[in-house]
Amino acid sequence: MNYPYWVAVALLMLGLYTMIAHRNLMKKVIGMTIFQTAIILFFLVLATKREAALPIVPPGAVDPRAFMNPLPHALMLTAIVVMVATTGVALAILIRLHALYGTLEEDVLAERMAQPEAGVAPPP
Amino acid sequence: MRAHLPILPLLISLTGALVIPLVGFAWRRLCWPLAVAAAGAASAAAIAGVGEVVARGARRYPVGGWAPPWGIELVLDPLSAFSAAAVATVATCALLASGPGATRAYGMALPAFYSLALIALTGFLGIIASGDMFNVFVFLEIAAIATYGLVASAGGPALAAAFRYIVLGTVGASFYLFGVGCLYALTGTLNMADLSARLPATSASPLLVGGIAFAGVGLAIKMGLFPLHGWLPDAYTHAPAPITAFIAGVGTKAAAYAMARTMLYVVHRPDLPVTTALAWAGGVAIIAGGVMAARQSDARRLLAYSSVSQLGYIAVGIGLANEAGLAGAYLHLLNHAVMKALLFVAVGAALLRGGRPWLPALGLDRTMPLTAACVVVGALSIVGVPPAGGFFSKWYLIRGALDAGEPLLVAALLAGGLLAVVYMYRLTEAVWIGGAAQGAGGREAPASVLACLVLLAGLTIAAGLASATLVDTILVPAARGAL
Repeated sequence: MNYPYWVAVALLMLGLYTMIAHRNLMKKVIGMTIFQTAIILFFLVLATKREAALPIVPPGAVDPRAFMNPLPHALMLTAIVVMVATTGVALAILIRLHALYGTLEEDVLAERMAQPEAGVAPPP
Repeated sequence: MRAHLPILPLLISLTGALVIPLVGFAWRRLCWPLAVAAAGAASAAAIAGVGEVVARGARRYPVGGWAPPWGIELVLDPLSAFSAAAVATVATCALLASGPGATRAYGMALPAFYSLALIALTGFLGIIASGDMFNVFVFLEIAAIATYGLVASAGGPALAAAFRYIVLGTVGASFYLFGVGCLYALTGTLNMADLSARLPATSASPLLVGGIAFAGVGLAIKMGLFPLHGWLPDAYTHAPAPITAFIAGVGTKAAAYAMARTMLYVVHRPDLPVTTALAWAGGVAIIAGGVMAARQSDARRLLAYSSVSQLGYIAVGIGLANEAGLAGAYLHLLNHAVMKALLFVAVGAALLRGGRPWLPALGLDRTMPLTAACVVVGALSIVGVPPAGGFFSKWYLIRGALDAGEPLLVAALLAGGLLAVVYMYRLTEAVWIGGAAQGAGGREAPASVLACLVLLAGLTIAAGLASATLVDTILVPAARGAL
């Protein structure tokens, strides 16, 4: 059975749910990270084979079936870099938001943004 | 040099992005001219690419000499050459107009601002040039992360808009990546040419359907296709005024191109309702975007919802998947980029001169007559009045819908034009009659902004007058490649 795929899909849905259901922006970032990690997991599961070795190829003729697929790992290294950069920008924006409005709760934030004087100085 | 035309626009833009922080550290004054020069050179290279394709046909370019499918390849064909030229040219105009506003608003951060803009441009050009599905994801995210930074740099409400954009943009990119993973599991390749050769032979398994659906929904979020446009209005409204024309003009076009490329050239499964779904989603987007645009009282938000409606036109054309429909969609890609950049530059000019974006207070006719005249040109193009470009792309789209025998889509395309009359009348009325007494203060826009406005207005008309030539020489070959 392909249990690892179901784990990846379950994590995907968990991340998506966290992003939609939670009103706290920090929790949305956490959901986003789970969501992205689930996709990385999905790609890595694609690469694995039973009874296959790590793709470090010895000299001489080799049977490709004896090795795992290295390509998804290489792709996911790039995807992890993208994920780190996205999370970094998101966290930087949250720091600025918190400094300006003193909250990360979505509805409180919307309230304070609606007030004209908000966003000038951080509230106590 | 000619051998490297497929990668040249990207390289020039990326080099500009790296040089600007170094030079700008010492001479901040040089940032803006350097950015315009880099975008202009990238645009010249992209236009040379169009000439190359017309003269010598499509070309594949293995990056670093690594042959596909192991290496990543770039593709210079009629569609990618045309889209790259359109995106780079409009980006150059938008950057040309950004100078006075950005210099005033950014100060010390000017090098970072222009570096980010050129990184975003590199991303857009990369999405267009790439012939590899995973590479498209990487460029999508390069462009998106730079755009998040640009939107957030306005501070205040823009931070919340940028955060929303990050969350939805990441979901879009991740969905696309998940879809690509499904297609990779099915075929064992990420190269677009290889995928298009192998996918038609596969059965309509859940993996194939899931892969196409995830990739399609992901790209639909990125291109702001209703009802997945949630990030777009806030991002366009709160983005810094100098750069809004850049983001709104070219930002969604690269994703629309990726949608056409993926759904028509790579997947191309007439047995699955891929294009039908896209056409109907586009039809709904035209109406919904138009209705929402007509209800706005902030000029920037009105233009943002107008973008939702106009992107619907592009989606309808891609979904029709016949020659006239595709030619119309690609032509609208150019026309919408030009006219939306024109309108956002005009609104930005009003803001620069102390105006406010509220429609009742936007009067420009007394103080900024030339800017006000350019707004009319942009409005006529969006409504679809000849000889402005918008008329011709809609003409081809309607012909495509008639060829496909879809009277409801024809009705949606025409209704979109009527809605455009309503919301563009509101904008034009506000500019010309609205609040003349309390309009933007004193003077006409700075020379560079005016030059850009006149250039974009000229392009709007020129794209209309040259539309037959464009369609015959490059867009019909581009459409034939997909059919």
